[in-house]
This record gives sequence, structure tokens and C-alpha cells, in this order.
Amino acid sequence: MSESNRPPLPDGLVAVVKRDCPTCELVAPVLADLAQRGGIAVYTQDDPSFPEGVDAVDDTALAVSWHWGIEAVPTLLRVEDGVETERALGWHREEWETLTGVTGLGAGLPDWRPGCGSLSVDPDRTADLEVRYGGSKLHARRVELAELEDEFEAMFDRTWSDGLPLVPPTEKRVLAMLGGTKRSPEEIVATVPPDLVPCTVEKVAINAVMAGCKPEYLPVVIAAVEAACTDAFNMHGLLATTMPTGPVLIVNGPIRRAIGMNSAGNVFGQGNRANLTIGRALQLVVRNVGGGRPGEVDRATFGNPGKVAFCFGEDEEGSPWQPLSVDLGAKAGVNTVTLFPGEGPRSVVDQLSRDPESLARSFAVNLRTVHHPKLILAFDAILAVGPEHARIFREAGWSKAKLVERLQELLQIPGRELVRGAGGIAEGAPESAKDATLPKFRPGGLLVVHCGGGAGLFSSIIGGWVNQAIGSQPVLREIEA
Amino acid sequence: MSQTTTTNGRGAARVLMDPTSERSPSVRARVPRLDSLDGATIGLLDISKPRGDLFLDRLEQGFRARGADVKRYKKPTFTKPAPVDLRHQIAVECDAVVEALAD
Repeated sequence: MSESNRPPLPDGLVAVVKRDCPTCELVAPVLADLAQRGGIAVYTQDDPSFPEGVDAVDDTALAVSWHWGIEAVPTLLRVEDGVETERALGWHREEWETLTGVTGLGAGLPDWRPGCGSLSVDPDRTADLEVRYGGSKLHARRVELAELEDEFEAMFDRTWSDGLPLVPPTEKRVLAMLGGTKRSPEEIVATVPPDLVPCTVEKVAINAVMAGCKPEYLPVVIAAVEAACTDAFNMHGLLATTMPTGPVLIVNGPIRRAIGMNSAGNVFGQGNRANLTIGRALQLVVRNVGGGRPGEVDRATFGNPGKVAFCFGEDEEGSPWQPLSVDLGAKAGVNTVTLFPGEGPRSVVDQLSRDPESLARSFAVNLRTVHHPKLILAFDAILAVGPEHARIFREAGWSKAKLVERLQELLQIPGRELVRGAGGIAEGAPESAKDATLPKFRPGGLLVVHCGGGAGLFSSIIGGWVNQAIGSQPVLREIEA
Repeated sequence: MSQTTTTNGRGAARVLMDPTSERSPSVRARVPRLDSLDGATIGLLDISKPRGDLFLDRLEQGFRARGADVKRYKKPTFTKPAPVDLRHQIAVECDAVVEALAD
């Protein structure tokens, strides 16, 4: 709490109360008694006529309560030379008698009653109070809008938007957003490409507000920004490429449920706030902090709708397999976000396979087409297995490793099918590959997740971008509170 | 609403936190120069310094003679930037603006 501008308290006894608190009602006669005996200053948070028999001071603006760090009511203080020397929370007869030096307080009352929450720590009010009394902790430039300027149009005019309306990032909303993390607003999260700008927690929070995030999503957004801005993920290249790819966020761990992410029906679609706004917040950070905009450094020929937001949770609970995060080295049960450089998802329909071999073959022929059936090794892919397909593997006892191993076998392709000119198609591998047998995917280049709705014998493939050191590698990051 | 100091003189302003790297001004980009004055609306901004109005009167005659419409505006004081509302009004009502110096 702030020391400057703190309203002074009178020396002697001070109490802070509110009418909407049964314990305060209970001790009202005690406060009246103390007032008669020689004085107590009583500050009321909600109703200046409370308590009866006391000339209470109006603290409905909560200035005293906020500045003096009142967390519960009633709070009884002793003040000497303007400094608090003792404090008692709630009603505890012995404690009050010691603090006041008066014996026989509250005859007939129970010995002890806990207090109620102070209005100054009411979650609905703290951001307002922080703005009003806290002095600003925030460092971002303030942008003042004209009286007649529409705030939504103003944000479009300033090129902050990805094309959809934004939530206006007022100081109050940004402070509330920052409540979602324990990290300091000034802390640098990452250096964001393409302009290589150091990005603070505060800037991430501003963009998260604009994206429509709730404060509890912020740790996921921060982790995603950290992951995106690693050398391994290479956000710069992914942004600048002409290919239709962008960051795809896969969230694992209990936080998916805690913040209400979707991993079930319509998992890649619309309708879930956490999925959509977390993915969008990362893209807004790249746009606004990094300066990465379409037509400028973003040179995508087509792009894809997922470049607005592409984020989902894995259905861990319904999965026959360990989650993606564990495949990538995280401990089970740890909250993580994995970034994959992906294009839009495509569907795999197989409604007839009832044995895992047949279904694996269906997956393989579809996976072969990622970017081009004759292009190999350069692109990774995510295979998102839907619950009805996953059941077939579960019932047959196929582990995820076994599925991936079988897919890699099925995707060993004779070079004669791949070389330039084969099939009458100029695109393809160099002639020197003619006699070789080559895999579609590099070892580790095929990631498998479990998600989607419970009805439909479908899976989905998300093709990647140029992989390994010259492109992007999937990057997992633990989510810190 | 925040209690941030405002320049519009009407108390609580709508103030947003800049989401960008702050490497460029937060104001909107300038419109291109006009190719022709014919039919254009030209704002003349008096900065409230003595005799600025005389200069602007002559400019107004010249603009009108070349087929332009003219609107006149005045800053409250030459010592401070134009209030955000005045800037917005000029941007909405005019195709170009001339800000007059004086003395």
C-alpha cells in the first residue's frame, strides 16, 4: 500500500467497519461504549450512519481502508504519533481488551467471532482502487482519445487490431489483467521479432486485454510469448515466410480445465474464450510489440484463419496415451504450452476402419500429402487423433509410440515416386534420390495429440513449416504462475 | 475511468495503454498531400498569438480564390499543443490544415 498521500489517522483507537458484516453489527455496542469512554475514531466503509451511537467517519471511498491495508472488518487499531502500533482483526474480546486497555468489553457477546472481508480487498473493486490511490505502476505510454472519437474505431485507426474489434486496454483493465500473474509488470518476458523489442509483462498484459483474455489466462500467454521468441521456434522466420503457417498453441496440464479451455467438440473452432483469446493475444504481441504485420514483414501468400488465433487444450483425460507435453519431456501434471509452426487443420475421414492397422494406413496416406505428396523430410506435422479413432487403438492395445513407429514405416517412400518428373509432376526430390527409400517425416517430426468431440470417426492433420535449425522446431514451455 | 491528467479540459478522459513498442508516435498517420485545392476543405488553425489572424485572413482569401472551402479554428493558447478534441475535429472536417505562426 502506498505511503504517500495516505490519509492520516488520529492518535488513539481507530476502528474500520461496514454495516454489511454480522461481526461489525455484533460489536456496534462495543464501539459505542468505547466512544463514550473517551473516544474512538470509527471509519465506515458502506454506510456512514453505522454504527449507531458513534459519530462515524465516511470511508465509502475506501481511501483510509486502502491506504492502511485493511483486509478484514472489524479492524481495531491503536495509533501513536500517526503510526499504527497494534492491530486486531475480527472480534476477540481478550485481544480488544488488551488493545484498548478496557476490561469487561461486550458483556453478553460471544468471546470470538471472525470478521468479514474489507471492501478495499473486494476483487471487484481492487483494480479501481489501485488506479485511484496506487499511483500508477504502469509504464506504457498513455494514448488519450478525443471526446468524439469512437474508442473501437480509434484502435483500428492506430493499427493495433488484427482485423477484429479489440477490448479497450484501459489502465483499470490492464491492472486487473496483471493480477493474473505473480511476475512484476516491468519484467522482460522476451525479445519479440521482427523488430526485436524487449517485451515486458505489462505489454503482454495490455495485448491480452485487447485480445479479450481473462486475467487467469495471462500465465499461458506469457509462456507462449516466451516460447515463440526462442531461437528454436524462430517466430521471425515463421512470420516472414510466404508459407501459410503460424504459431499453433497446445496446452497441457491441469490449467486447461482450471481456465475452461476446450479440448473436446469443435476443438479447433469458435466458441471458447480461452482458446481463442490466448491464441489471439500471442499474435497481437507479435503484431504490436514486435511490429510483425501482414504486407510488411509477414509475407504470407495465403496465410490461414488460424493466424488470428489457433490454440487448444489436449484431451488428456479421455486419451489412451500420455499427453504431448510428456512426449516432449515435461513431467506429467505440469502445466505447459507447446508451440508448433502450423498451417490450418485438415480432416481425415475414416468411418470404416475397425482395426489399428487399417486406420494407421489411412493416417499415412493422408499424412503423405502434407504440403505435397512428393516433398519429404522438410515439414513436421501434428496428427490430432479424435476420440472415436483413439478408441480403436486403445482397444487394440496400441501405444502412441507404436502408432508413430508404424506410421514412419508406412511413410517410407521409394525415391522413384519422389523425384522430379515422377508422376508427370516437376516438383519433387533431386534425381539422386531415385534409388533410395526416404521417409516423409524426420524422426520426431510427427507429433500426436488427442482431442476433439466424442462423435465422429475423424482425425485431423496440422501440417508444419520448414523444420529443424533452418526453420522452426516445436517448443514446449512450462507455465509459471 | 482513470484519473490521468487530461488535455481536453473536461475531466475524466478516455485513456488507453499503448500496446505497441512505442517506437513511433501514437497519433494516426498523416494523410497524403493534396493534389489540388479545388473543392478541398482547408482548416486554418490560429495558435492564439497576436496577428496570426491577419496572416490567416490573407490565406483564406487565397484559398477561396483557388476554389477551396475554408474552416477556421483556434487553439486556446499558443503555449500548449492543440487539445485532442480540436485535433480530432479538424481531422474529421478538413482535407488539409494550415497552422499559422505569428509575431
